[in-house]
Amino acid sequence: MPNPTRVEINCETKEELIIELTDAEVAELEEARVAAEAAEAEKETAAALKAEAKAGLLARLGITAEEAELLLS
Amino acid sequence: MATTFELIASATTGGSSANSLSFTGIPASYTDLCLKISGRLASNDNYYSIKFNGASTTVGVRTIRGNGSGTDSENWSGNYIAISEPNNYTANVYASTEFYIPNYAGSTNKVFNVKSVNENNSTSAFCQLASGLWSNTAAITQIDIGNITGASDLAAYTNAYLYGVKNA
Repeated sequence: MPNPTRVEINCETKEELIIELTDAEVAELEEARVAAEAAEAEKETAAALKAEAKAGLLARLGITAEEAELLLS
Repeated sequence: MATTFELIASATTGGSSANSLSFTGIPASYTDLCLKISGRLASNDNYYSIKFNGASTTVGVRTIRGNGSGTDSENWSGNYIAISEPNNYTANVYASTEFYIPNYAGSTNKVFNVKSVNENNSTSAFCQLASGLWSNTAAITQIDIGNITGASDLAAYTNAYLYGVKNA
């Protein structure tokens, strides 16, 4: 199965090249994909924890999110 | 009348997807660069990545986003740069993105700003403003637009237009 391709335009000559990625480039992208997915998962976890803490605080204060927004405005 | 906003080159994925679009040999004869993209991703990822001069050095970006029901702001350090149109958004719709890079051929670190918006016939779509920094004093001679998450591609008919802006 061929590797993905990239498109390259030379701004001086206007020559367009369609270049198949090398195996090394594909491997590098796969590493980047894994790292990016891990970073995104970490962000989602942090956001979920923050949402949970916010909900807990609102419950302890006995106010709704809209009422909190009104207080902070 | 002098030309102050000129198309340098355009690139397209054409009728099939491609991993990235690259502009090479960017001349140093302009003051600023303006890169406009009409694009979509071939996966459900959300972001373009951008590289300058082929370097994998990451850029720092401060961004704010709105989706109609809320806003958020983040500092990104990496290759997440601008929102695109994920493949699970409304079919045949493309995000509109603009990068503006002032003094791209100068000898100082390179700043850029981003405006991007996608469209979705659903409860969520995003608009974004961001400013970024590439800590490198070399003149920009190459710009690569891709998607950081693996070999996931830019979708078919993704187009990019690189303009040169002169201050006189």
